[in-house]
Amino acid sequence: MNTLPQQLANGLLLGSMYGLIAIGYTMVYGIVQLINFAHGEIFMTGAFGALTVYFYVLPDGTTMWAAVPLMLIGGAIVAILVAVGAERFAYRPLRQAPRLAPLITAIGLSLALQEVVRNFYPGADKARAFPSLDTTHDIGSVTIKDADIFLILAAVVCMASLAVFVRRSRTGRAMQATAQDPDTAQLMGIDTNRIIVIAFAIGGFFAAVAAVAYGLKYGNVDYRMGFLMGLKAFTAAVLGGIGNIYGAMLGGIVLGIAETLASAYIDEIPGMQQLGGQSWANVWAFCLLILVLLFRPQGLLGERVADRA
Amino acid sequence: MRQRSLVILTSVLTTGALTLTACGSRDDSGDKGGDSGDSTTLTIGVDAPLSGENSTTGLGIQYGAQIAVDDANKNKLVPGVTFKLKALDDKAQPATGQSNATALTGDDTVVGAVGPLNSGVAQTMQQVFASADMVQISPSNTAPELTQGKNWQTTKERPYKTYFRTATTDELQGSFAADYAYNGLKKKKAFVVDDKQTYGAGLARIFNAKFKELGGQVVATDHVNTGDKDFGSLVTKIKNSGADLLYYGGQYDESSLITKQLKDAGVKIPLFGGDGMFASTYIETAGKASEGDLVTSVGVPADTLPAAKQFIATYKSKGYKGDYGAYGAYSYDAATAIINAVKAVKDANGGKLPTDSKELRSKVVDAVQNSNFDGISGKVSFDQYGDTTNKQLTVYQVTKGEWKSVKTGTAD
Repeated sequence: MNTLPQQLANGLLLGSMYGLIAIGYTMVYGIVQLINFAHGEIFMTGAFGALTVYFYVLPDGTTMWAAVPLMLIGGAIVAILVAVGAERFAYRPLRQAPRLAPLITAIGLSLALQEVVRNFYPGADKARAFPSLDTTHDIGSVTIKDADIFLILAAVVCMASLAVFVRRSRTGRAMQATAQDPDTAQLMGIDTNRIIVIAFAIGGFFAAVAAVAYGLKYGNVDYRMGFLMGLKAFTAAVLGGIGNIYGAMLGGIVLGIAETLASAYIDEIPGMQQLGGQSWANVWAFCLLILVLLFRPQGLLGERVADRA
Repeated sequence: MRQRSLVILTSVLTTGALTLTACGSRDDSGDKGGDSGDSTTLTIGVDAPLSGENSTTGLGIQYGAQIAVDDANKNKLVPGVTFKLKALDDKAQPATGQSNATALTGDDTVVGAVGPLNSGVAQTMQQVFASADMVQISPSNTAPELTQGKNWQTTKERPYKTYFRTATTDELQGSFAADYAYNGLKKKKAFVVDDKQTYGAGLARIFNAKFKELGGQVVATDHVNTGDKDFGSLVTKIKNSGADLLYYGGQYDESSLITKQLKDAGVKIPLFGGDGMFASTYIETAGKASEGDLVTSVGVPADTLPAAKQFIATYKSKGYKGDYGAYGAYSYDAATAIINAVKAVKDANGGKLPTDSKELRSKVVDAVQNSNFDGISGKVSFDQYGDTTNKQLTVYQVTKGEWKSVKTGTAD
């Protein structure tokens, strides 16, 4: 049996999830040059927001067709509130401070969010079951399940809407202007604080979509899920060119496929048996990152803004 | 103004800290006060994860030992000596376990310790107890090197004479699993995965060797990282390998995700693991996908032991938290072994305890080595490496959303 199509599908799915989260890193970085290390935890709170809707708001026995959109809304509200709250109360007071101050704040915030969920969310000290969509479909030699279809559709729709929003809408153009030069943008009458809040909110929304997809796919969520996913998504953002929204998606997909193929096929190469398998996937993913950065320090697509490319 | 408030804040904090310290030291002196007089109070230390990960099983160890101590006091097992328990939480962290061991050896009233739960934690504690010449009995550690040295496969050599355990080793557990998979389940092609940790990799290696020796085929092996969530690539490999069994060496955190993703991909083969997976969380996390999965665990299920009936009744009536099922009875026997050793030392010394706590601890170690009594999990005695001579193991299978024991046996 040829496993390549299935492995590519596995990689594409994983990569789409990385890409959705990476949008949050890249938008915030593009506008305020801040690496928001708490973004992985915003993703995690989005998952718990959706879980709350399912278990504590909706009546038992709600069909998934009705539940999933409401869970998305619930997750998005929580993630956006946390993201915007973090911006308002943790990062804005440090806007003029040296770069390291907001970075350390981000790391502190990430730990704080994890501990808040672990201590105060019922049953969150271990993995909590999340409703999953497990019906499978065979397309040729590829088996995918409903949750995978949801993930791909969500990634495509979100990405397309974001592209249109940034290019066509007034707010989108204001974002581009702020990314180019915040001071001048402000002089031109753009409310840069509002633009920054919108960037955080969009990041939070994408993280919530990824979080719901994660829950539906893996069937459980826990308070530590944001750490590794956040790290991978950040890597994807850098790989694609941090600050570039298309780069984030591309970087995510490249990273996901590279990881999957490495763990699937490296050990079949003669002499490389010791260096293959699932446990080496991260090593190969980061090797790829190093190689890309050696030859293209600005990432695969680079930043679109001329003065920072 | 700002400086003045800083001064006030500092002084308030300092006063607070001093008050707290004073409280602490008063408590300590209170403990030692129990030494004088006709009745001596001795402490048995417990180290296990009492909060966070693994705490369900850890609390079972604490309360198992608590019941042993209560029984000994009630029945006046050692006349003139009252026992009490001092339980410390290691959070399943090796570093915390080590500092707990130091705290226990530093307390003169402590004669011996029960614990820890995790083999990785035990590795950091052994040296501390050995230096203090104090006995340590684990109810659940399974890594062979703890008693038989690093080269246990070729030359067995006991590293610490103060370390004992009432649980059997991974060596027996891995072989027992391979035997059940091949002869009991009639599986011929296994895919073996581990998490590269001391416990998981050891178990997988032993299973692998024994399964091949029996005539089975290991179609492929792979390793995962702890903390991984997506096993799509691994699942596709397993699906393509034609294996009829997946053996996993590691903890439930990863294996519950693997079994779910495996079955979602339409691969309906059972996952077989070790006692690290033997927890209700595994079933809760994996849901229906866990149905039919198997584990081996050390010992026999506590509720099938006739001698343990009283123990279980007490555990339930006291409303203790945690789960006594896996190691509670072994913990009870470990604590009882220490208590019996104290009695033996006292009897040999003309009915009096040695006044020097060092001498007492050292003699208790020797007395534990010579343990021979009927515990609630069976006969309690130790071989020359400190391993239990009671080598029972049980296979459990998920049946209708619960772990049910399917086979109990004695490893050879």
